[in-house]
Amino acid sequence: MKQVNRKKNTRPKKTFKSELKRRFDMWLLQHAQAFIFSLGQYIKYPVSNILTTAVIGISLALPASFYLLLDNVRYVSSSWDGSVQITLFLQTNVDEARAAEFANILSDSNNINETVLIKRADALAEYQKLSGFAEALNTLDENPLPNVVLVKPNLDSSNEAETETLIKELEAMPEVDSAQYDSRWLKRLLYLLDIVNRLIVILSTLLAIAVLLIIGNTIRLSIHNRRSEIEITKLFGGTDSFIQRPFLYSGLWYGVFGGIIAWLLITISMQMLHGPVKQLANLYASDFQLIGLGFGNSVILLACGIALGLLGSWIAVKRHLRSIEPV
Amino acid sequence: MIRFTNVHMNYPGGNEALRNINLHIEQGAMVYITGRSGAGKSTLLRLIALIDRHTRGQIIINGQNLERVRNRRIPIFRRHIGFMFQDHRLLNDRTVFDNVALPLVIAGYRHQEIRKRVQAALDKVSLLQKVNSYPMALSGGEQQRVGVARAVVHRPAILLADEPTGNLDPALSLDTMKLFEQFNQVGVTVLIASHDLDMIRRMSKRIITLKAGRVLPLGGTPTES
Repeated sequence: MKQVNRKKNTRPKKTFKSELKRRFDMWLLQHAQAFIFSLGQYIKYPVSNILTTAVIGISLALPASFYLLLDNVRYVSSSWDGSVQITLFLQTNVDEARAAEFANILSDSNNINETVLIKRADALAEYQKLSGFAEALNTLDENPLPNVVLVKPNLDSSNEAETETLIKELEAMPEVDSAQYDSRWLKRLLYLLDIVNRLIVILSTLLAIAVLLIIGNTIRLSIHNRRSEIEITKLFGGTDSFIQRPFLYSGLWYGVFGGIIAWLLITISMQMLHGPVKQLANLYASDFQLIGLGFGNSVILLACGIALGLLGSWIAVKRHLRSIEPV
Repeated sequence: MIRFTNVHMNYPGGNEALRNINLHIEQGAMVYITGRSGAGKSTLLRLIALIDRHTRGQIIINGQNLERVRNRRIPIFRRHIGFMFQDHRLLNDRTVFDNVALPLVIAGYRHQEIRKRVQAALDKVSLLQKVNSYPMALSGGEQQRVGVARAVVHRPAILLADEPTGNLDPALSLDTMKLFEQFNQVGVTVLIASHDLDMIRRMSKRIITLKAGRVLPLGGTPTES
């Protein structure tokens, strides 16, 4: 062809290496063009694009914040995990001196590491201070609280049977009204957290599919709107990868901006929750603070957004671009 | 340059658009293809551009047998062809510059090169001052000239024009044809499908007349139009 001939005449003999470099430069240039063009398209239609991005952001923020919540609950419960503790509620007719003696005797037992006595008067005072029921408690004639002995067993906490035996022995003692084993409800909590974890996985999957559908549909619409442009581009020799590139980058932008919106939503919510949670933790004499997203999780959130954006647009492009042929 | 040997084209559904076409168009020729609507003018151009594939026979474009051009290679094949349409087919959300630059952007030219060539092409059609306008702001004739600039900006070996003057008045039509003639003079093979017989006769170039999917012998001088 004429064009080919001209090239042959004017260009010096090309080496394989320089041809490779030329192709790479061209590839890079076309990516840069698609990158900027798709961003331009995004800015050109701000309202609809921001709405779409907001939906994506919320869909990403929901599962992410549930995970964060779970993280926090796990963190709180993990501090209890190691310390298996049996709480003995003594009979109300056991007075403080007798209770102290009883606690002493127990602590000498082989199976028991340590005992702590909480005197009924101290318990009442603390309860009055922390619960906010001070007024109501004052009206009572006498202290309704029993003496309590906290028992730390000298047992392997994972050995359920031994612990159970110890509890049975303790409950059988005449001074003891009832024994409560903390790790029972801790275990229940852990199982509950497992269920919640599964629920979050299911929810995340559903919302991820929703994000895919939203992005896929948005890209499908924009392919439809730019049909004539695609036809012309194909007529003038645009390859499929050239034509699909801007759409894939559009998906990328939806993912990036959706991820940023999700991050903002979560960070703002955390800031709003920070104060109340701190007050609550103070009530429990804990210096617990909410765990935020942190750098690692923020990166993961953004990466999820980008991956979903690219995948959604890729599916739309594969499904709808091929069918458009020049007419 | 372009050689058709016993070419048939059946569209799905049994519509026989071209029957046993034998043609040879030399490199650097300027040829008018004429005939009534439905005679097969557009189909002929579509086959050359591989928009449709012929059903029987052989088409050789510039030494390339079109049957051997795989679908994946069609984009590369089309980069040696320039297109013109009756309805311009400009992108209304892009400036004149971006419209004309499209074939160069597709082929991956650098920005400086694109600027140089687009300006040269727009200069050729005397629209350099409209480089930043949008197509909607131009008259029909100006839009058509933007289409011409886009069709030749990448220096194609073949220029295909489908009813390029369909919407223009006779004076503008003649201007457009003169433009084509200029490109033809620098070596571009030009094929123009048109039913504007008065103008075609005035240009005194080779005329291929189609009737019901066949080529009339000796170009014919169809009286009906």
